[in-house]
Amino acid sequence: MAKSQITLTVNGKKEEALVEPRTLLIHFLREQLNLTGPHIGCETTHCGACTIDLNGMSVKSCTMFAVQANGADIVTIEGMAAADGTLHALQEGFREMHGLQCGFCTPGMIMRAHRLLQENPSPTEEEIRFGIAGNLCRCTGYQNIVKAIQYAAAKLGGVPYREAAE
Amino acid sequence: MNVATPNPTSAERAEKLQGLGCKRKRVEDVRFTQGKGNYVDDLKLPRMLYGDFVRSPHAHARIKSIDTSKAKAVPGVLAVLTAADLKPLGLHYMPTLAGDVAAVLAEEKVLFQNQEVAFIIAEDRYIAADAAELVEVEYEALPVVIDPFKAMAPDAPVLREDIKDKTDGAHGKRKHYNHIFEWQMGDREATDLAFRKADVTIKELISYQRVHPCPLETCQAVASFDKITSELTLWGTFQAPHVIRTVASLISKIPEHKIHVIAPDIGGGFGNKVGAYPGYICAIVASIVTGRPVKWVEDRIENLSTTAFARDYHMTTEIACTKDGKVTGLRVHTLADHGAFDACADPSKWPAGFFNIVTGSYDFPVAHVAVDGVYTNKAPGGVAYRCSFRVTEAAYCIERAMDIMAQKLGMDPAEFRMKNLIRREQFPYVSALGWEYDSGDYHTALQKALDTVGYRQLRAEQKAKREAFKRGETRELMGIGVIFFTEIVGAGPSRNCDILGIAMFDSAEIRIHPTGSVIARLGTKSQGQGHETTYAQIIATEIGLAADNIAIEEGNTDTAPYGLGTYGSRSTPVSGAATAMAARKIKAKAQMIAAHLLEVHDDDLEWDIDRFRVRGNPERFKTMTELAWAAYNNVPPGMEPGLEAVSYYDPPNMTYPFGAYICVADIDADTGVTKIRRFYALDDCGTRINPMIIEGQIHGGLTEAFGIAMGQEIHYDAEGNVTTASLMDYFLPTAVETPRWETDWTTTPSPHHPIGAKGVGESPNVGGVPCFANAVNDAFAFLGSTHIQMPHDNWRTWTVANKLGLHA
Repeated sequence: MAKSQITLTVNGKKEEALVEPRTLLIHFLREQLNLTGPHIGCETTHCGACTIDLNGMSVKSCTMFAVQANGADIVTIEGMAAADGTLHALQEGFREMHGLQCGFCTPGMIMRAHRLLQENPSPTEEEIRFGIAGNLCRCTGYQNIVKAIQYAAAKLGGVPYREAAE
Repeated sequence: MNVATPNPTSAERAEKLQGLGCKRKRVEDVRFTQGKGNYVDDLKLPRMLYGDFVRSPHAHARIKSIDTSKAKAVPGVLAVLTAADLKPLGLHYMPTLAGDVAAVLAEEKVLFQNQEVAFIIAEDRYIAADAAELVEVEYEALPVVIDPFKAMAPDAPVLREDIKDKTDGAHGKRKHYNHIFEWQMGDREATDLAFRKADVTIKELISYQRVHPCPLETCQAVASFDKITSELTLWGTFQAPHVIRTVASLISKIPEHKIHVIAPDIGGGFGNKVGAYPGYICAIVASIVTGRPVKWVEDRIENLSTTAFARDYHMTTEIACTKDGKVTGLRVHTLADHGAFDACADPSKWPAGFFNIVTGSYDFPVAHVAVDGVYTNKAPGGVAYRCSFRVTEAAYCIERAMDIMAQKLGMDPAEFRMKNLIRREQFPYVSALGWEYDSGDYHTALQKALDTVGYRQLRAEQKAKREAFKRGETRELMGIGVIFFTEIVGAGPSRNCDILGIAMFDSAEIRIHPTGSVIARLGTKSQGQGHETTYAQIIATEIGLAADNIAIEEGNTDTAPYGLGTYGSRSTPVSGAATAMAARKIKAKAQMIAAHLLEVHDDDLEWDIDRFRVRGNPERFKTMTELAWAAYNNVPPGMEPGLEAVSYYDPPNMTYPFGAYICVADIDADTGVTKIRRFYALDDCGTRINPMIIEGQIHGGLTEAFGIAMGQEIHYDAEGNVTTASLMDYFLPTAVETPRWETDWTTTPSPHHPIGAKGVGESPNVGGVPCFANAVNDAFAFLGSTHIQMPHDNWRTWTVANKLGLHA
């Protein structure tokens, strides 16, 4: 199959590649760029394990062709920690609040939470739950994911995290 | 820089260990939060090929012909396998864990929709999918059996032609060509007598619908066969890697030492990843045929429609009772739909798992249970979806039935339970169906639950609401679900538990390095439970070395001692025990080294958190770190150097975690919309290793229970089409629907487990499902409704309200 040339920025790095027009963005990221943080859970846009940040939006990368990402600026979970290895507040929050178990949904969940906090830096619990409703988790029951996002929101906002009363 | 405290207190030394009972942060999270987990589909080997299946559109059909020529002609396709290719190798069928066989690729017939018919091997997954479309299969459709109650009709279609004349199955006589087994337990005559003498009886068909564990990562494998050395390496999503190695050796005839099975990080299992599936076999054969590594990855539709369904138990349940509310007998007949092949993942001697835990937490003097397994044109199984073998079915059955009886007696369901719970002084308690419950304090747990939620006030509120409803002042119905569950986990003792003849022990090997750091390897395999964190806590407390210096390794059959894997909440009860026992062997040797160094007798030493000290002279001691070093350079004369141990632990009994759950639901009578106002879960899992992880397990299990009770169903239409095979149709709760969970606990250690732990991961699913169901049923009980089948999605609940005349 004829291939198309695409140029895009992934985690701050310029990438040029040849892709088949039908190649899904998730397969391009995982198999051509070896970014295996985004996962495949359903290939039908339901589960959100493949969520990445694309041009300032949360995108499920199983439902977009790589050619459609031509010119895009993409951030995946691999781009979240600082260059010196310091973890992002969300990465820290997920560990502190036990917001993950098997870890399979985590990269997509963190990327979605990242965009959510860009849009709404101090969301309520309801807003968090609604904001991550496109990302499924089978292990945690979400309660600690909510806390992890609240922890990160507090840290990013420069205020101490206080757990809400049950 | 930290300045070391010159004389740390005992508490400081203990805290530094991060041992038993502390909320240690998870080791695994460092990689998972950075996208650096290592899951099967992340594996990329040089020259790796991809496999994909051609699947049957029919639920039951004869295969007239298969033409693979067009598929083979696609550039990038290396081969297309069919049953004709596998048959000469004896691999077109594989043995199941339940003593049946299952087709790897369909030979003459297909028996369920999406059954595997051919396997494409291609350069990439897109080419493989293209080629799969081009395989031409001619089918002759046959009549289907979907309703298990019609499977044994005299004129039912013959499903399994390969065994239709076999009168004996793996578990005794077969009554019909679509019958698999009949399994009975208990005293039938005494139970019949109890029913004849009973003041009050109830009888209800309680069905637990077919569901699917649906972990977020599907089943997948990479097989790599080295033609020079004749060695096979198999990476896969395996909850039981050693069992997979043994099965692979038995069916492929490759010697077991030449098979290397590796289970890397697993994205959730919940029972889906216990068994062996056609994809694994086909990937292995494809690698042998091509001499290249072959990857097979299920998509979600394949996952939901072919690998590992759960439940599909139809339980006709009867309770006998005195008029003042004392239970006198239990009788259950279960019709079990196993689909096209009996691929149950149960211990070999237990075709219905541990369903005989169905007497639950109650003191039934007599009981009888019978289970008939039948074949239908549905996917084969079933597995234990976040539960020990058939324990959630049993808990759902008895907890619903207890409510139905309480309703008939006009008793409060909590009071009725209190009256019949096994009393603390009765433990160890031998149930009417043969289990010896290890420990429990049920009344304390239930009372604590009732007090915490303010049960009496809730009932008063409900009473007022019901009256307001009757007066037409509200359209909201309030339901209160109360349950008390007892699980049976930690399979299991070799006297009654094996898989393919291998006793269900488990293992741990611990090595102490000279500097006092540690590696431990186990036969289990975490899929999110956090084993790398918790096993280290057990070792830390046992031998006084910090958990942060203890590496835990699982999932590599070359390095780990043989174990039976992780399912049925067996990791803590069995491998956790093996870990403690191996650690104690190390500690015993360290004590001898300490005595040698301190020039005292062994018996003059006592253990103190992280050291041996001389009795009566605590200033003279040797820390475990010092003893680790000494083990490599200064051991007593005649002692071998080194400090390591292995333990294969054959548990003396199962463990019996229990709990009391309460749910409050508000239902809109006009829309069926059901809101979970409150859910309180009290669990007793014995000794608590890591309360943070326990709470996480409870949250997750309750959420899965919520999914099952309130919406999940693998549904087939009358033609055998599976209508719920995508996440559009199969309910997985999102953060929006999922209720907020309140957790609580009591602690009743297991008397026979080395550290008293019982296991916890599955309790919330076992207890959660009946609790939601009881809440929904309770909302309608005052209108005369006795039992509403799951799942309780809004539409079905609206239908119930409608049938009760609430919309007139």
